[in-house]
Amino acid sequence: MALTREEVQHVAWLARLQLTDEEIEAFREQLSAILEYAQMLEEVDLSAVPPTATVLPMRNVMREDEVRPSLPQDVVLANAPDTEDGYFRVRAVLSD
Amino acid sequence: MTLHRLTAHEARDLLRKGEITSTELTEAVLRRIEEVEDKVKAFLTLTPEVALTHAAEADRRLEEARKSGTQDTLPDLLGIPLAVKDVISTAGIRTTCASRILHNYIPPYDATAVARLRAQGAVIIGKTNTDEFAMGWSTENSAFGPSHNPWDLSRVPGGSSGGNAAALAADETIIAIGSDTGGSVRQPASFCNHVALRPTYGRVSRYGLVAFASSLDQIGPMTKDVTDCALVYMAIAGHDPNDSTSVNRPVEDVTHHLVPEIKGIRVGVPQEYFGEGIEPDVADVVLKAVRQLEEMGAIVEEISLPLTRHSIPVYYLIATAEASANLARYDGIRYGYSAEAETLWEYFMRTRGEGFGPEVKRRIILGTYALSAGYYDAYYLRAQKVRTLIRREFDQAFEKVDVIAGPVTPVVAWPIGWAMENPVQAYLTDLLTLSQAIAGLPAMSVPAGFTQGLPVGLQLVGRAFDEATLFRVAYAYEQTTRWGEQRPAL
Repeated sequence: MALTREEVQHVAWLARLQLTDEEIEAFREQLSAILEYAQMLEEVDLSAVPPTATVLPMRNVMREDEVRPSLPQDVVLANAPDTEDGYFRVRAVLSD
Repeated sequence: MTLHRLTAHEARDLLRKGEITSTELTEAVLRRIEEVEDKVKAFLTLTPEVALTHAAEADRRLEEARKSGTQDTLPDLLGIPLAVKDVISTAGIRTTCASRILHNYIPPYDATAVARLRAQGAVIIGKTNTDEFAMGWSTENSAFGPSHNPWDLSRVPGGSSGGNAAALAADETIIAIGSDTGGSVRQPASFCNHVALRPTYGRVSRYGLVAFASSLDQIGPMTKDVTDCALVYMAIAGHDPNDSTSVNRPVEDVTHHLVPEIKGIRVGVPQEYFGEGIEPDVADVVLKAVRQLEEMGAIVEEISLPLTRHSIPVYYLIATAEASANLARYDGIRYGYSAEAETLWEYFMRTRGEGFGPEVKRRIILGTYALSAGYYDAYYLRAQKVRTLIRREFDQAFEKVDVIAGPVTPVVAWPIGWAMENPVQAYLTDLLTLSQAIAGLPAMSVPAGFTQGLPVGLQLVGRAFDEATLFRVAYAYEQTTRWGEQRPAL
């Protein structure tokens, strides 16, 4: 199960993660080794075995849809690198 | 005076009698930190001013209660110094996850576990080192450098909750809370000779625990002895409406099970926990501990958990898949590190590429791959099916036994640097702590002796929501052997 450089680059793009050339090569090798190791799961008979969705003895947890106090705006914005007029400020989403 | 050496229950008794004050205790711990922290590097942030303010407040409550003779009704952890792993949110106190991407993040709210400890009056003295986002085994993946094992400063304290482990072994705190996704409180406890509990999944609220792998993460106590572990567990366990995976059922008072009586308790010893890949001297120490349990009246029988080694790929596929989704939130917009960039896409790519360290990137890539089109069935779904079989294997074992005993790790603490050079081999050292997390079971690490001058832990695994039996066995073993009382020369 050897990964190619292109596969690592594609997955890095999906994850919005910039990698250096050295990182791409290192991850390609290391992840290939891990996926090869994961092949032991193919020896397990999984016919009629359902996947685990949760380990808990619970179903959906619901609550009343009620208005509750939330954090004040200035507190929410306090950690942001860039804000303006009570908003998070970001670079242009669309270019012209 | 060596107040920093006290356990929480010893300190509680002295505080209630008025023989010491929380201010004296907190000052002693802060002095100890000043003395040894250069060597140990357990903390990422220290909060001495806040700590002394809270200690003074605790002293006022203690004095008032003594005047009215009600000191025995006070919370157990009132005035007790507490270290918090830096992946657990603390309102107003920097919480970095040992990552560059959160180097300046100050949470606006407390994690529920922290809020409950603060409500008891515990005194937060600082935030402790961890592998970045709790991904690792040694604190070597911290963006701020590794912590050192007080038993041998050239070795790792384990991880990911390694800062807590180092702090406890060096008496730089009285109690601590960490998080365990695949062994992260148990393995460092084993490497540093103290007690830790991974509670049943759903028993302790994850609200405010920075998410790594949501179906596996649990907050757990790390303490100097089993009694302290019970006190911290009782403080943080219980239902929380802010966490939809928190279970709404009563918490059994485990302090009633701190009795040295284990006659008739059935202890299962899985052959796979002592076989290939386990260092023989580690296995010897733990087998001796099992014989001790037998001498005390437990009924020991050999069992088999054949899927133990499969837990490694199951864990790494599920945990990394969940991590890739959970860590998508770090986009440099609402908080955290912010890169230079012209366009928004470039900004995301650079912020994340520069903000995350190598292990986190490795896991995001693996998890994204395991979830990506064409591979989901082969990796993620298959892993979740094997997870079902691992749970069934434990269910069957617990029809015959009450507790499962074995080592916590196959090795003792390794030299700093080894896991960085051998990341893939390092994954294999998780062999004995993953399946319990995969199945959501409670598991404990208790000091069991030494080999090569380094500590070895005994792991005890219980049925879901049966922490009580774990505490009973751990307490009985501790009272007979007292390995945890040994301290390193620093």
